[in-house]
Amino acid sequence: MLPENLRERAVAAAVSDFDADAVITGKYDRDELTLEIAAPKIVSVCGFLKYDQKFIRLSGVTAVDRYPAEPRFEVIYHVHSVDRKERIRLKCRVSGVDPVIESVFSVWRSANWYEREIFDLFGIQFLNHPDLRRILMPDDWEGHPLRKDYPIYGTRV
Amino acid sequence: MVLNMGPQHPSTHGVLRLLIELDGETVVKCQPDIGYLHTGIEKEFEVKTYQQGVTLTDRVDYLAPLSNNLCYCLAAEKLLGLEIPPQAQWMRVMLTEFTRLNSHLVWLGTHALDIGAMSVFLYCFREREEILKIFEMFSGQRMMTSYFRIGGLALEPPRGWQNRVKKFLEIFPSRIDEYENLLTNNRIWIGRTRGIGFISLEDMLDLGITGPMLRAAGMKIDARKDSPYSSYEKFDFEVPTRTENDVYARYQVRIEEMRQSVKIIRQALEGMPAGPWKADDQHVVLPDREKMKTQMEALIYHFKIVTEGFRVPEGEVYQVIESPRGELAYYMVSDGTTKPFRVHMRTPSFGNLQATAKLVEGTLIADVIASIGSMDFVLGDTDR
Repeated sequence: MLPENLRERAVAAAVSDFDADAVITGKYDRDELTLEIAAPKIVSVCGFLKYDQKFIRLSGVTAVDRYPAEPRFEVIYHVHSVDRKERIRLKCRVSGVDPVIESVFSVWRSANWYEREIFDLFGIQFLNHPDLRRILMPDDWEGHPLRKDYPIYGTRV
Repeated sequence: MVLNMGPQHPSTHGVLRLLIELDGETVVKCQPDIGYLHTGIEKEFEVKTYQQGVTLTDRVDYLAPLSNNLCYCLAAEKLLGLEIPPQAQWMRVMLTEFTRLNSHLVWLGTHALDIGAMSVFLYCFREREEILKIFEMFSGQRMMTSYFRIGGLALEPPRGWQNRVKKFLEIFPSRIDEYENLLTNNRIWIGRTRGIGFISLEDMLDLGITGPMLRAAGMKIDARKDSPYSSYEKFDFEVPTRTENDVYARYQVRIEEMRQSVKIIRQALEGMPAGPWKADDQHVVLPDREKMKTQMEALIYHFKIVTEGFRVPEGEVYQVIESPRGELAYYMVSDGTTKPFRVHMRTPSFGNLQATAKLVEGTLIADVIASIGSMDFVLGDTDR
């Protein structure tokens, strides 16, 4: 459900009208709009934003590890509309057990490397990704460095 | 035939590996392999206090350290809700424009070197040296400046900086003409760059390309104009664009950007506001040396900030600026403690490099160098 006070934001209202079940919650904080989207709906919402709302650019995709909370991961999409000079943030929560979400590669091809980076550093799987393998760490690396339970200095003995 | 270009190849400017599949001289398939310079900076942020994190940002894009300083500081200041005094804002604008000049000069020199115009490199580095000396004058460091801090500047602007900048502005525009004399109408240069490295605007937007490359394709997009930060709205400058969308157009855009940067620096020099150079917030900004030695309260704050850091209210921000290479953004999440919960850098080189395959597939192997050179990536910026 979209919070009532966000109705006045045109994009938020449009997404909510497009698929009311997709929007779990949202907030407008420090001049930035965040919409929390149900993870299974992310591709359809992104497609709607790109083709209907002119958000032609995907600025980036990243993730946050909320360990030990559950659902553990947040996958964050920053979407940019050049015409409207507007940016919004989409957020999907993904479980820590067998984390998986669908890839938005079919909407923006630039998602390719951003999602590979998340797969590499957080260990989140992306369904329907064309080339899901490590990008920054060596192929035989064990573990996912940006997880909160991954040590910062040295290795555990 | 599969050709392995890099990771140690002079024209990949760092450690980029390109796996190029060839049919005769034509590139059939190209696969960039990155990660050789991965340093784990994003992980490192999580164990440093906010102010300590500034020094890490220098090392991300080592040709544009001040742009990264600025973006990081702006993100943290947005979380804190901190008001920055005008002099600090203008100083930041001036120095990031110097950074743009610095970065474009290195790009021009090395790009020309790749294509075979050796002497341009020497000319460009002559002026770059002057810029590094200006950085040294301000911060004591030539490259890893860390001159911007959360709350303002690291040090008071040095005495006599105006003369130094004025002297630079007197000679630099004529030096740009000099580079243009060497290249713009040079038949070999035109032959190597015109019509090379085309990629359609739709593909560019879809693949995440930003910055001068996008502007050379006719798109007027610049974060300094679209979402002004640090007083950019008070400066008068143009966003140069071209429509040819080839290596030559990207060269022209960057040359014009240098002229615009000179214009901005001149306005900053002439209109530099007086007043404080750091914010008035004792919880965040270190007290003056004099106060610290005479007032108990200032001493306590100094001790707190240095040992523990300052607490940043919970929240998340996405701060976008225009770095010399394109859209640079810091996504910062705070959980209310003195260290960032998560910092993600959306770096322009990473976004641009993704289009390499699209850019070179179907072209001749000899043009690969010119094409990837025109992207102006920095591998530190790509791998972080």
